[in-house]
Amino acid sequence: MSWITDLFDPKQREWEDFYRNRWSYDKIIRSTHGVNCTGGCSWNIYVKNGIVTWEMQALDYPIIDKDIPPYEPRGCQRGISYSWYIYSPIRVKYPYVRGALIDLWREAKVKFPDDPVAAWNSIVSDPASRTRFHQARGKGGFRRFSWDEALEILAAANIHTVMKHGPDRLIGFSPIPAMSMVSYAAGARFMQLMGGVALSFYDWYCDLPPASPEIWGEQTDVAESADWFHSNFIAVVGSNVLMTRTPDAHFLVEARHRGAKVVVFSPDFAMVSKVSDEWVPIHQGQDAAFWMSVGHTILRENYVERHVPSFVDYQKQFTDGPILVELRKQADGTFAASQYLRASRIAETKDTANSDWKFLMLDAQGRLCLPQGTMGHRWQEKKGQWNLKLEDERDGSAIDPLLMLDAEKDESITVMLPEFTAEGGDAWVKTSVPARKVKTVDGDTYVTTAFELLIARYGVVRKSTQSNPYDDPERAYTPAWQEKFTGVSGDVALRFAREWALTAEKSGGKCSVIIGAGANHWYHNNLIYRSIISSLMLVGAVGKNGAGLNHYVGQEKLVPQTSWAPIAFGTDWSAPPRLQNTPSFHYVNSDQWRYDRKFEEICPVADRKHSMAHGHTIDRQIQAVRAGWLPSYPQFTESSLNVAKEIRAEGATDEQSMIAKVVERLKQRKLKFAVEDPDSPSSFPRVFYIWRGNALMSSAKGHEYFLKHYLGTHTNLIAKEQAKELVEEVTWHDKIETGKLDLIVDLNYRMDTSALYSDIVLPAATYYEKNDLNSTDMHSFIHPLQAAVPACWESKSDWDIFREVARVTSKLAERYLPNPVEDIVTAPLAHDTPAEIAQPSVKDWSKGECDAIPGKTMPVIKVVKRDYKNVFNRFISLGPNFRNGLGMHGLQFDVADHYDAYMENNPTEKWGGGEYPSLREDLLVCEAILHFAPETNGELAYRAYKAEAIKTGVDHTHAAEKTRSVRITFDDIAAQPRRILTTPFWTGVTSDNRTYSAYCQNVEGLIPWRTLSGRQHYYLDHESYIAYGEHLPTYKPRPAREILGDLEMSRPAGGTLVLNYLTPHGKWSIHSTYGDTLRMRTLSRGHDPIWINDKDALLLGIEDNDWVEIFNDHGVVCTCANVSARIPRGMCFIYHSPERTLGIPKSPERGNKRAGGHNSLTRARLKPLFMIGGYGQFTYAFNYWGPQGVNRDTFVAVKKLDKIVW
Amino acid sequence: MDVRAQVSMVFHLDKCIGCHTCSIACKNVWTDRPGAEYMWWNNVETKPGTGFPHRWEDQDRYQGGWKLRNGKKLELRSQSKLGGLLKLFYNPNQPGLEDYYEPWTYEYENLFDAPEGDDQPTARPISQITGEEMKIERGPNWDDDLSGSPKYAANDVNYDALSEEERQQLFEIQRVAFMYLPRICNHCANPSCVASCPSGALYKRGEDGIVLINQDKCRGWRACVSACPYKKIYYNWVTGKSEKCILCYPRLETGQAPACFHSCVGRIRYLGVLLYDADRITSAMSTADPLLVEAQRDIICDPNDENVIASAKANGISDEFLDAARKSPVYNYVVKWKLALPLHIEYRTMPMLFYVPPLLPVMGKDGDQPYDHAEDSFFSSLDKSRLTVQYMARLFSAGNESVVTASLRKLMAVRYYKRMQQVGDLQEDKVKRILREAGTTAEEAEEIYALTAVPTVHKRYVLPPLQREEAIGALCDVQDCKGSCGFSPKAGAK
Repeated sequence: MSWITDLFDPKQREWEDFYRNRWSYDKIIRSTHGVNCTGGCSWNIYVKNGIVTWEMQALDYPIIDKDIPPYEPRGCQRGISYSWYIYSPIRVKYPYVRGALIDLWREAKVKFPDDPVAAWNSIVSDPASRTRFHQARGKGGFRRFSWDEALEILAAANIHTVMKHGPDRLIGFSPIPAMSMVSYAAGARFMQLMGGVALSFYDWYCDLPPASPEIWGEQTDVAESADWFHSNFIAVVGSNVLMTRTPDAHFLVEARHRGAKVVVFSPDFAMVSKVSDEWVPIHQGQDAAFWMSVGHTILRENYVERHVPSFVDYQKQFTDGPILVELRKQADGTFAASQYLRASRIAETKDTANSDWKFLMLDAQGRLCLPQGTMGHRWQEKKGQWNLKLEDERDGSAIDPLLMLDAEKDESITVMLPEFTAEGGDAWVKTSVPARKVKTVDGDTYVTTAFELLIARYGVVRKSTQSNPYDDPERAYTPAWQEKFTGVSGDVALRFAREWALTAEKSGGKCSVIIGAGANHWYHNNLIYRSIISSLMLVGAVGKNGAGLNHYVGQEKLVPQTSWAPIAFGTDWSAPPRLQNTPSFHYVNSDQWRYDRKFEEICPVADRKHSMAHGHTIDRQIQAVRAGWLPSYPQFTESSLNVAKEIRAEGATDEQSMIAKVVERLKQRKLKFAVEDPDSPSSFPRVFYIWRGNALMSSAKGHEYFLKHYLGTHTNLIAKEQAKELVEEVTWHDKIETGKLDLIVDLNYRMDTSALYSDIVLPAATYYEKNDLNSTDMHSFIHPLQAAVPACWESKSDWDIFREVARVTSKLAERYLPNPVEDIVTAPLAHDTPAEIAQPSVKDWSKGECDAIPGKTMPVIKVVKRDYKNVFNRFISLGPNFRNGLGMHGLQFDVADHYDAYMENNPTEKWGGGEYPSLREDLLVCEAILHFAPETNGELAYRAYKAEAIKTGVDHTHAAEKTRSVRITFDDIAAQPRRILTTPFWTGVTSDNRTYSAYCQNVEGLIPWRTLSGRQHYYLDHESYIAYGEHLPTYKPRPAREILGDLEMSRPAGGTLVLNYLTPHGKWSIHSTYGDTLRMRTLSRGHDPIWINDKDALLLGIEDNDWVEIFNDHGVVCTCANVSARIPRGMCFIYHSPERTLGIPKSPERGNKRAGGHNSLTRARLKPLFMIGGYGQFTYAFNYWGPQGVNRDTFVAVKKLDKIVW
Repeated sequence: MDVRAQVSMVFHLDKCIGCHTCSIACKNVWTDRPGAEYMWWNNVETKPGTGFPHRWEDQDRYQGGWKLRNGKKLELRSQSKLGGLLKLFYNPNQPGLEDYYEPWTYEYENLFDAPEGDDQPTARPISQITGEEMKIERGPNWDDDLSGSPKYAANDVNYDALSEEERQQLFEIQRVAFMYLPRICNHCANPSCVASCPSGALYKRGEDGIVLINQDKCRGWRACVSACPYKKIYYNWVTGKSEKCILCYPRLETGQAPACFHSCVGRIRYLGVLLYDADRITSAMSTADPLLVEAQRDIICDPNDENVIASAKANGISDEFLDAARKSPVYNYVVKWKLALPLHIEYRTMPMLFYVPPLLPVMGKDGDQPYDHAEDSFFSSLDKSRLTVQYMARLFSAGNESVVTASLRKLMAVRYYKRMQQVGDLQEDKVKRILREAGTTAEEAEEIYALTAVPTVHKRYVLPPLQREEAIGALCDVQDCKGSCGFSPKAGAK
């Protein structure tokens, strides 16, 4: 080439230093992002001249195995833009307070110069001043003020609330701890040491899949993303892996290059469809119909027409398939499926321990066998029988149970099964089921196996003489039938099911499902999930590498939970903590129940007569609280401290007599639960602490209800109250006080919507300015957050902020609450305790149906001592209860020697005559967590397995033997991410170069699932499940638009279109974080658009990027349209979750008030079925069980917005 | 023979997840400063789409790259008969702000400072150029994931030949699809930007082929902005000079992959040395469109060939560099396996960045019937792929469909082979036939799999050692330089 000469001469290239000088830095620090994301990505933070300049991914994850792709790099477009925040104009650099409030405070301080508590009381007790600052909320007028003044107000409000209303009016909300667990623990610990309330998140976000506790008794347990690589067939359902699991997506793609087939189910052409072999544009929320037909096909072709031995063996040992179910004769001579056949029903077995909670199987010889591993075995005195060996508990003889009866030889009886797709209500399907007669203590009864009922439920015919059509659209659960719900041809379902089953048969079950919000955010999400999980169980694809249900939405895994939880919830000092399920809390306290009708309108059931299967959700909520199924704080309509004081005054001398008096008062209705009268000011929550989260916007389903009922400020809500005539249990007030909260405090590094609407905003350190720990279930490593620079401007770490709040509050308590006081604490019946076998049937003591017995028929009641002047001392000290042993899931191990040794070698705190390991700084908390967690301390893992062996009678110590000497410290993880150890607190295996996959320990170590039967459940025999017709997997249609009633007051006129409104996780934010950074807004469209189909847009005269107004009775959003053929007709997206702070115009539809955010269009709808408790896996645990805040069953009207008003 | 060495690149589009992390890694390090706001040295486009800047592939409008005069002689498309000099002052072929976008920010401060009012304050968007309030009408990634598909995807330059009806059909929900196209400077071997610069500010680095704009020499004429058919050169409106991707040479020189490679979360990127015969560039880039891909491949040299090694050494290429060339993952993808193809080779700049085309899901049935898909193969079928081979060929082979088909067929064959091995539900003779028809073997399939699915960072990026001491030594005593490093650029000058 003559004219292009390569240039070598350095003299002509001296200028190149221009760019070399930019690529230079002083320091690299490893940290990550404590945002609500399960990525858990290790990052290098670059510091130059004392400021953070940029971040790049750390590439040094240890290699798990050379034959699988490494984890590097982890980190996405959002994470890599984080450094923008630190010095940005949206950074909260100083404490801020609403002008209206600080003026009132300073006036009050003049009036009460020496009495801050009286000063605070004067503001919040006076309706005029209360209204003054409530109405100013969210409307500007912020002022900078000092830390000292901020802390004084907080301390005054804390003490005032404790003294006047009781400590359980202090409410704290912070989402998912795993990504910055010490920062979470800061506020949670302070709340519990005060007697306040920690709100849950996983259920509220609707990320908790209730099907997981239903089937596995487990909150959620999933594979790390590297395990996808072992899968040979991956179905992706309602999970946009490329968008939401960005750093993990490569494993999906790489699995495909290893020969895995990938089928994506998504109504829109979601990003993940791009890497699929087949994209199935299934109608939104209708996945259960498709998967029921998959189950139909699998059952017919692998169990009825042909036997696949490996499948059958799996069912016998690891599912409840062989357990017998009683068939109850009905008036018309047909039968209904009832409860499991219990050992207590048969003469030979009725005298065994816990015989109501043990179940029977039949073997080939027709003998009734009593298998081990059930809830009964778990909680009996004799240990060592809680395992999945197929052995009879009576003599240890091997059981080879019948999975199915003989369709030709056994007697066939007619069983009626409920069906929910018929127009105008319920229908019943008559099914012929092979059954046997057995003799019970009450006479003969028919029984069959749970598996036979499953086959019947799926509409598969057992008798070879009868036809078994695939192509009958009227026959429920056939491939042809599902077409009308899914829009997907029956051939697709048939082919899918066949390839699925064959892959599993050939590969030993290596089929997996990646699933997420697109499936879980629907009212009947449990049914969608159960239909899918059943399709996995049927082919033996649970509990193996490359297999399983991999649910990825909000499921962050806090690995070192055993050592973290006592610190976070203050149980190192006192228990029980007050842990509240948020869906119930907000449904009740933000008064969304007042706008709700009876739930059975949107939830068809099989038996309306059952007490849990009809009525208004608020009444079922009250029933659940009375029965001890769900927690409920604020607890009583009066202060729990006052109750204790009064009872003492009445002469109660010890805890037992105090509890008895509380029960007496409750029974006589002298004392009421606050939930029974939530609109009485005596029941209000009062002080709301928000940290690490966006409680008032992205986490506020029914945001406009929050504005009205919690904040007492402006709202765009126009929905009508309709509960008055429909409720029975709750106290109704025609006129109620709005603006329930005295004070809202937000710890934040950015001015998000929650900050904008709070009374006080405290500057929090960013993720690059503090020390913390991060773990996830997307990978099996633990790594740190570290301060690359000191906390900027006047910001402080969350730990330091709450420690300071504790310090100033304790100081004030010396004057107002100098002596320890007693607090009556109620708590629900808890999962993994003997309360799992508390309530064989649904009974209400308040109606005289049973005795009121704490911990059995009603909540647990305890007396807890509060020591307010020592809250600070306790906060910074690892308390004595910690030394008594750690554990979870009902499994304990000793740590006393480690506690003592730890104290020798680490800083301590000495006060009140005691000495404790210090938790004064975040780094010390990190060290304590790492030191005492079995996942990072090999000796403790070994001990935990020793303890587990006593319960199961199986030796598991081999799992921990090789790593017994491992001790992981903070310095270790600062150097390189470290892999967590295998422990009995999680179900997968990380040793031997294996990737973590859920339930491998159950299958390999024969450890029972924590369910009623100890097995994976197809059948749910709780009487409420039978009443709801959900005892077997089934399909219930999506609630229709008319029934949901989102648009009753809005009345969309001409030029509008009504669309199903979805808020999937987006590309340019993690929830609301990053969505306000200039980087993400530049790469998207500068606003948070509504995505609509091009033909729908055409109908409305809307062109791409036109302004539109989206509204319903709950509120309104104004944004621009993103018109795309990628979106199907009849639905729209606003990606979760925009702030209402950036570029939001006013809404003509709602009187030219500022339009809201995505949650302005939603409200909470609870499914009362998930409220039940005290029964096997249906027993409460925090973020584990309970109704969720579903949000996809929502409709909105959309119209063009011609004139923009700012 | 005139053997040159170049640090070259492969982007495996089947692995691209469209996350744009690469774009931000680049922006954070290089273009996060006044005058560079709108520059995206690395960007990711959704295809079909019009890209950034708007319809950059439309060379009728932008006049980038080379053309063949009389079907024979290469000349710059942007060079009119009037000659280059006159056009310095008036260049209608350059994209304007409306083709890029007006960079904006928000009145964030208003959220802190707004006085108490009767409604909630908001932070309105304002221009970063004028400071005025504005409506945002375009951004650097405006048509991401088929955003505004009727305006953008439907006007993809590569669809220009389609009828309105055909275009309509493409955007029915059961047929719709997209892929991602990450783009950086191609560091071409026949760079039209270098050829166009009136100041001689652009050059190709001798040791690694990186194309740079000397910031001391650039006079801001912007001829390169027009001449680059990929629109990867941007004019900095504050400094008055043009800037472009530098392939992170400060990182390469210190043994680190470029920032966009380092941060590639899809693990789609490969970097390695290619040797090519500079004597044959003109003739290769002067062949007819359908032969261009093959012509380019043909002048990439076999690093194991004795003659090549001798010529390379004669040109001063070190043993270590040659060793890197022999380990180059890029060579495997481009030459050995023929999987990776250049983007728009018809621009004739001989881009040194290559793309493995993506496999895409199969098509659904048309009409109002329930969705149903093709059933003729276990994995997706090329014939029924949602983005057609024809379309891919417009992007990656100057219209030559057989080149694209060969690549896709081989990719698919590897998957069949691995499936047979892992699961055993496919018949062995059928899989053998698939391998044969794709022109590959079990052995090669294993190699492709190893580099595609499980490579570590060290396998993906095989960086040549870029020795600095001699270059520094030409300017100052290296020992002095060590002592004065960071004090001032001239502190150790001779």
